[in-house]
Amino acid sequence: MHELRFLKFIKSFQNERIYITLRAMSVKVTNLSKHYGKQKAVDNISFEISSGEILGFLGPNGAGKSTTMKMITGFVEADKGQVKVCGIDSLKQNSLAKEKIGYLPENNPLYYDMYVKEYLSFVANLYKIKNVKVRVAEMIEKTGLQREQHKKIEQLSKGYKQRVGIAQALIHNPEVLILDEPTSGLDPNQLEDIRALIKELGKEKTVILSTHIMQEVEAMCDRVIILNKGKIVADNKVSQLKINKSLVVKLKLKGKKAKDLQMDHVKFEDLAGGFIRASSKNADELVEKIFEHCVKQGFVLQHLEQENFSLEDVFKQLTK
Amino acid sequence: MFTIFKKEINQFFSSLVGYIAIGIFLMLSALFTFVFPTTSILDSGFASLDTFFSNAPLFFLFLIPAITMRMFAEEFNTGTIELLVTRPLGMNQIIGGKYFAALALVVFSVVPTFIYYFTLSSIAAPAGNVDTGGIIGSYFGLILLGASFVALGAFSSAITNNQIIAFLVGVLFCFLFYMGFDFIAKLPIFVGKTDYFVEHIGINSHYLSMSRGVIDTRDLLYFLSLIVLFLMFTKTALERRK
Repeated sequence: MHELRFLKFIKSFQNERIYITLRAMSVKVTNLSKHYGKQKAVDNISFEISSGEILGFLGPNGAGKSTTMKMITGFVEADKGQVKVCGIDSLKQNSLAKEKIGYLPENNPLYYDMYVKEYLSFVANLYKIKNVKVRVAEMIEKTGLQREQHKKIEQLSKGYKQRVGIAQALIHNPEVLILDEPTSGLDPNQLEDIRALIKELGKEKTVILSTHIMQEVEAMCDRVIILNKGKIVADNKVSQLKINKSLVVKLKLKGKKAKDLQMDHVKFEDLAGGFIRASSKNADELVEKIFEHCVKQGFVLQHLEQENFSLEDVFKQLTK
Repeated sequence: MFTIFKKEINQFFSSLVGYIAIGIFLMLSALFTFVFPTTSILDSGFASLDTFFSNAPLFFLFLIPAITMRMFAEEFNTGTIELLVTRPLGMNQIIGGKYFAALALVVFSVVPTFIYYFTLSSIAAPAGNVDTGGIIGSYFGLILLGASFVALGAFSSAITNNQIIAFLVGVLFCFLFYMGFDFIAKLPIFVGKTDYFVEHIGINSHYLSMSRGVIDTRDLLYFLSLIVLFLMFTKTALERRK
């Protein structure tokens, strides 16, 4: 009997340990603050990310997305707070933490006078990678740069430059990837490719990316942190944010206005162009109910549609 | 550090900066040493390279800030400094790699002028009757002067994003340290009192003392401390700006 219990205990312990190693926190930020002069760029933010997670930083310009990322990479020194990357204090044991991070800065700075291969070998050598040639060839294949590999970086189109930027961030196989606006200025095809690449990478690595495009977050991220004026205003799973939306229906009635409509638990308001917005917090099948109501009353419906209350609206509300 | 060094050297020669700087230096020094009558050693009647060694620092005064102006200013301007600093490298390695690459370029431009020594020694009467010791000392002095100019240029490149400002400030610093302190020492407030010390803050007095063929540890110490001091300033400037 006792033996059995003991075995169970051991087993649970083993499971726990496996769990811990799988879901180890790879980036932990505590009470991080940064001031530029009197302006608070980042104001006392804390969050944690586990490996295999794609986190999106969302926020208007100047919300502190880039500054936070720069502090995690160790480029900008924090005024207060702590950053741990894979358990290593990135502010103190600088070099060790830097080896764990792959970084694509905003605007993707590159040495335009270098060749693609030359640049990637240069970066690989900085990380003291063995077999530089093999690794560079691998990265070129992974980021789809085969046709451009013998060109100078300045000759590449923006999308390919972005790939070089991602390749240099990945070359030392880092555990944490920090991508500052990885998809800005790409055409729709390139956008799709880069998104697919990032999603693929997110399966085994921790990815933090910043963007001000909402669809981007919906398409790529597991979790989103919305920043505004240096503070975290939302930290949710992307799926949760979408479920939380309240239902909104847009309709148009011939010769009627919002005040002519009366329904329980539904708010009506006039919009431009004769449209009426109906919103309700707890109405299932709102569209059907409104339709039935209009038929009963003998109103003539000209337009009826369910509005998707998207991340975009959440974002607008939170950052107003 | 060697990776940075290699990258810098490659960039010097792929952007033609390296070839042009070395080419201009060799062309000017050859013209002034052998062609233009006022400074040509062929007309001077003495078997000495003094005119070369007094002109070369003036060429360096413009050429070295031109080599060093993009060292950090460009990295800040394009944002690549962010990538460099976030690699597992210390600031010392970044500065060291870049410093030694620019210094190597200066050495590359000086090495071909060794041929002047052999030319001189073969046209001297009797052949070989030249002050070899003085010339070796002068070369040491010239390399150390170049090394100091590179450190001054590195610092001026670290304080701005603008390469032209980096160049102009670099020329100003090099001028100040090469000749400026000699002029300042002649101001009435220093003459007869501290003019000797003021003059010794400048490079010229140490450079001249080395060209006599005596390598004095005081001069050596002066050059090394000037270089280290300005590289430390460079480091402080970079750390404050990032």
